[in-house]
Amino acid sequence: MTRYRLPNRGRVDHARPVRFTFDGKSYTGLAGDTLASALLANGVHLMGRSFKYHRPRGPVSTGSDEPNALVGARRGPGRFEPNTRATIQELREGLEATSQNRWPSLAFDIGSVNDHLGSLFSAGFYYKTFMWPRAFWDRVYEPVIRNAAGLGVSPTEPDADTYASRFAHTDVLIVGAGPAGLAAALAAGRSGTAVMLVDENAEPGGALLSEPSVVIDGKPAWDWLATTVAELNALPNVTVMTRTTAIGYYHQNLVGLCQRLTDHLAAPPAGAPRERLWKVRAREVVLAQGALEKPLVFDGNDRPGVMLAGAAQTYLNRYGVRVGDRPAVVTAHDSAWHIAFDLAESGTRPAVIVDVRDTVDPALTDRAHALGIETLLGRTVTGTSGRLRVKSLRVNRMENGAVGAARDIACDAVLMCGGWTPCLHLFSHTQGKIDWDAGIQAYIPGATTEAVRIAGAGRGLWGIAAALEDGAAAGALAARDAGREAEAQPHTVTADRTGSGVTLTELPTDRNPAAAKAFIDFQNDVTAKDIRLAVREGMRSIEHVKRYTTNGMATDQGKMSNVNGLMIAADALGKRAPQVGLTTFRPPYTPTTFGAFAGYRQGATFEAMRKTPIDPWAEAHGAVFEPVALWRRARYFPKPGEDMHAAVARECRATRASLGIFDASTLGKIEVVGPDAVTFLERMYTNPWAKLGVGRCRYGLLLGEDGFIRDDGVIGRLAPDRFHVTTTTGGAARVLNMMEDYLQTEWPDLQVWLTSTTEQWATVALQGPNARKLLEPFVEGLDISAGAFPHMAVAECTVSGLPARLFRVSFTGELGFEVNVPARHGRALWERLWEAGRPYDITPYGTEAMHVMRAEKGYIIVGQDTDGTLTPDDAGLGWAIGKAKPDFVGKRSLTRPDMVAKGRKQLVGLLTDDPSVVLQEGAQIVADPTQPIPMTMLGHVTSAYRSDALGRSIAMAVVADGRARDGETLHVPMPEGVIAVKVVKSTAFHDPENARLSA
Amino acid sequence: MLLIRCPYCELELPELEFAYAGEAHIARPADPAGLSDEEWRDFLFIRSNPKGVHFERWRHVNGCARFFNAVRETVGDKFLATYRAGEPRPDVATLKGDAK
Ligand SMILES: [Zn+2]
Repeated sequence: MTRYRLPNRGRVDHARPVRFTFDGKSYTGLAGDTLASALLANGVHLMGRSFKYHRPRGPVSTGSDEPNALVGARRGPGRFEPNTRATIQELREGLEATSQNRWPSLAFDIGSVNDHLGSLFSAGFYYKTFMWPRAFWDRVYEPVIRNAAGLGVSPTEPDADTYASRFAHTDVLIVGAGPAGLAAALAAGRSGTAVMLVDENAEPGGALLSEPSVVIDGKPAWDWLATTVAELNALPNVTVMTRTTAIGYYHQNLVGLCQRLTDHLAAPPAGAPRERLWKVRAREVVLAQGALEKPLVFDGNDRPGVMLAGAAQTYLNRYGVRVGDRPAVVTAHDSAWHIAFDLAESGTRPAVIVDVRDTVDPALTDRAHALGIETLLGRTVTGTSGRLRVKSLRVNRMENGAVGAARDIACDAVLMCGGWTPCLHLFSHTQGKIDWDAGIQAYIPGATTEAVRIAGAGRGLWGIAAALEDGAAAGALAARDAGREAEAQPHTVTADRTGSGVTLTELPTDRNPAAAKAFIDFQNDVTAKDIRLAVREGMRSIEHVKRYTTNGMATDQGKMSNVNGLMIAADALGKRAPQVGLTTFRPPYTPTTFGAFAGYRQGATFEAMRKTPIDPWAEAHGAVFEPVALWRRARYFPKPGEDMHAAVARECRATRASLGIFDASTLGKIEVVGPDAVTFLERMYTNPWAKLGVGRCRYGLLLGEDGFIRDDGVIGRLAPDRFHVTTTTGGAARVLNMMEDYLQTEWPDLQVWLTSTTEQWATVALQGPNARKLLEPFVEGLDISAGAFPHMAVAECTVSGLPARLFRVSFTGELGFEVNVPARHGRALWERLWEAGRPYDITPYGTEAMHVMRAEKGYIIVGQDTDGTLTPDDAGLGWAIGKAKPDFVGKRSLTRPDMVAKGRKQLVGLLTDDPSVVLQEGAQIVADPTQPIPMTMLGHVTSAYRSDALGRSIAMAVVADGRARDGETLHVPMPEGVIAVKVVKSTAFHDPENARLSA
Repeated sequence: MLLIRCPYCELELPELEFAYAGEAHIARPADPAGLSDEEWRDFLFIRSNPKGVHFERWRHVNGCARFFNAVRETVGDKFLATYRAGEPRPDVATLKGDAK
C-alpha cells in the first residue's frame, strides 16, 4: 500500500497492482488508476514544467481540462505520444511516462531561469522583444525561443499504430454520461428510439463517480449507477461508449467522436486500431457535459500541490488517493466545503477552510467545526511558499475592502475553488448564442442553431437532483422529437450537495501586484498581470486580449482559464462581463491525434491507386513506376545494370529504330454521342469539327472560358453522331465535368450524351518504323496500308480476334498506332503483340521515354508546358483555332486586351550552349545574369531532357516575347553557375517535316 | 459536413457526394462577340460574394451527376433551398419564413 492510498476506497481494484515508470523510476499503482492518481498515491505531485517560465507544476484537475500534468507516454518503438495528460492516461502495466520541458531533470531545470526573467516574457513579448535586427529573427531569436518555450517533443519515428474510422447514424446522441446524460439516456432509451451515449472517461458516471454519498431512488449513488448502466446496456436500441470524446460539433448535428481503443491496455490485440474517429449524424443531440471548476487567481496558485478542490474530491472518492496530509481549502463556492468534509471523514483533516465570502450557510461552518476544521471567512489569499511542493499558504483579513494582516498556514496541498462554469465548448461550435446568467454569474447556453438540448450543469443547474431531472426531461423531449412516445422518469435524491458561490477576478493582495505570479492560464503561463497589461496597452476586444496574451490558446483550449481571463479583462476595461463576451471555442474539444484524423488514409491506403489491365505485365517485367494523377504508370523498364538515363535512351533508340510498345490505357476517354454531338464539340473545342469525316481524327484543344488552355487530346469521328474523345491522363474527370456543365446548364437543348470510357478501353500504342509490319497480320476487316489508313485515321475493326478501335496516331513522331480493345482483353493483346514483336526487337517503353520523344517533336503536355495562363497562341497552337467558327468556349477572351498584348510568355525551345547540360525543369530564365538580385525573370523551363536522337539536351520553356527572340542567347542562373542557352522559336527539334510519322 | 438535398434524387445526402460549382444564374451570353471587353470581364470574373443569402450551383457529382442550384446563407452556412437547373430563383423572404 502506497502512503497516500486509502484501503478499500474508490473504484480502483486494490487487489490488482500495476507497475509503471515515471522518468525512469518504478512505481506501483492500481488497476483503475490514471497515471496522475497513481503518482499522487505515491506522493508525487511534481509532474511537469510550465511552458514559458519552466515553473514546477503538478496536476490541477482529474480530466481533459488538465493544463499542467502533461507527459510523454511510450509503448515501444514508434509508439510515443507527447503531451499526454496524466489525468486521462489510464494506468497500464509497463507504462513508460516521462516528464517534459525540463533539462536536465524535472526537479532541477536550467530553463527555470526564465521564471526570474519574467518581465522579458510578459504579454506580447514576442511582438516587443525580438523585433530588431531583422536577420536575428531566423538565426537567433526563433531557435532560442523554440528551444526554451515548448511542450513535448514530436516523435521522430513513424507511428506504428493503425487508426480506424466509422460513420454512424442515431436518433439521439447524448454527450456526457454523468447524472444528466444517464437520465437522458434512460428517458430516450426506454422509448425505443436509437440512442448513443458517449463519455470521455473510462467508465460512465461523471460526477457520481466522485460523490458516492448521494442517494438516488433509494440507492447509494454507485449502486444506482450500476443498475442504470446495466439497464442501458441491456436495451438493444442504446449504445454506451466510454473513452469516447466528442471533439467537434458540426452542421446538421454531425458530431465527431474520438474513441480510445488500446491506450489503456497492457497488451493490445495484434492489429487492433489505437483510436477510432466516428462521424455521427444524430437527429437530436443532448449535451450533458457538466460544468468545469475554475481556479482561484492568487500569487503562487500554480505550485505543485495546489489543485482544484473538485479534483481532490475525485482523487479521494474515485481513486482512494489523499492528495496530502494537511490540505488547506480556499474557496469562493460552497462545493469545496463538502470536499473538506469528505477528507476529514476519511481521516485527512484539512488545516483550514478559507472562504473569500464574509458569510456562508451556517450549516457549513457548524459542520466544519464539528469535524475540527478551522474556518476563516472574508479572507483573501496572497501567496504560497514551497519550491517543488507547496509548504504554506498566506491568508489575509479583508477589512472594509482593504487587505489586512497576513498569516501563514502550513499545508502540503491547497484545494481551490473559484466556482463553476458550464462547459460550453461543443455548444459554441454550433454558433449557438451564449448568455450571461447574472444569478449564477456564469455563461450559459442560449438560443440554439441545431436540434440540440443542453441538460444539467452544462446549463448552470447545480446538483445531482437538478441534473437528473433536467436530463430526463431533455432525453424525453429528444425522443419525442425523434418521433417516439417518451416520458421523463422522476428521480428522488437525498444527500445532494448543491451550493452557491461568487465569481471573482484575481484575489486582492497587500503585496505589489506587479510582482505577483497569479496564474490564469497555467499551460501558457498567463497571469492576471498579463491580462491587465494587455488592456493597458490598448487591447479592447477579448479576442485581441486572448491573442496578445495567449490566454486560452494552449492545448486545454481555455477550459480553466477563459472565464477568469474574461472577468479580469472586463474589470480592467471597466465593463461588465457580458459586455466583453466570451472568446470562440473551436474544435477539437481536446487535442486529437493526427492518426485519428488520418484513419485508414495512411501507407498503402493513403489514396486509391488505379492500375491498368497491363500493369501486372509491367510489374513482372521490372518496370519502375511513377504516380500520374491516381494512376501508377510504368516510367521505364530498366535492364540489369541500367539507370534511368540508360534505360530511357535505349527505349527511345529502339522505338525510333524499329518498334516500341507503350501502355496508353490511362489516357482519358469520353464517348460523345447524339444528333448534336458535332455541334457540341464545335462549341467546346477550339477546332472545327463539322467537316471532319467519319474515320478521321483531329487534335482537339480545350480552353476555359477565360481563354487559357485546359486540356487537349485526339478526337476521332466513328460515325456522324459518335466521337471518341481522348483527354490527358490527369484531366479526364475535369474535362467530363466541364462538358457536363455546359451540356446541362448552358445548352440543355442539345441532344448529346457523354460517357466516361477511360476504364472500358485498354490502349496499346505501337510506335516505330516497324509498327505496321507487326500490326498488319493481326488486323481483320481493315486495310491499314499507308494509303488506305493514313496518319490521323480511325476505324473499328478486329485485332487478334478482339473488337477494337484502331487509331493511327503518333505522340513520338514515328509511324504509330493505338489499339483500343475492351479492358478485359488488354493484357492478352499486349502479350500477343509482344510475342510477335520479338523479330523487330519490340521494346516496351515507359512514360519517361514517351516524354522525351514527344519533346523531341515539340508536342506539349498540358499541365507541364502550360500552367493555366497560356493561350493557344502563347503555346504556339494558334493553328488549332477554327478561325471561321462564330464561337467556342474561351473564344471571346482571346481578343481581350491583355491576351493580345506584347510581352506575353510564349512557348519556345531552348538549346544549351553546352549540349551535355540538361536544364532543370522550373529553372528561371534571365537576359543578363550579372544584373543585381532580384533579377528580371523572363520565364522558366517547362521540359528538359537528354535526347538520344539529337545527341544533345533539349528543353522547352515559356519566355516573354519568346518567338521574337529566335536565336537570342539567354541565361539560366543556377546555384552551380549560370547556364547559357539559345532560344529557338520552333520546338520541333526532331524530323520537323513529319516524314517519319507519315510513312 | 453539410447535408444537401439533391432536387433530382430528392434525397438529403452528405456533402461528400457533391461538388461546388460557383455562383448560380450567370448565363453564358448568347453572343459573346457582341459584348464589350468590360461586359465580358464582368461575365468572367465579377461575382456577388455576399455575406448572407447566396444563389449557387452544386453538382451531385458522386450521385446522379446533375448540376442544380441552391440558396445558401453564408453566415450560418445553412441551405435554405435547392432547385433544379433552369428553374427561377426562389423568393428569399418566403424561404426565410419557412426556415424559422
Ligand atoms: Zn442527385
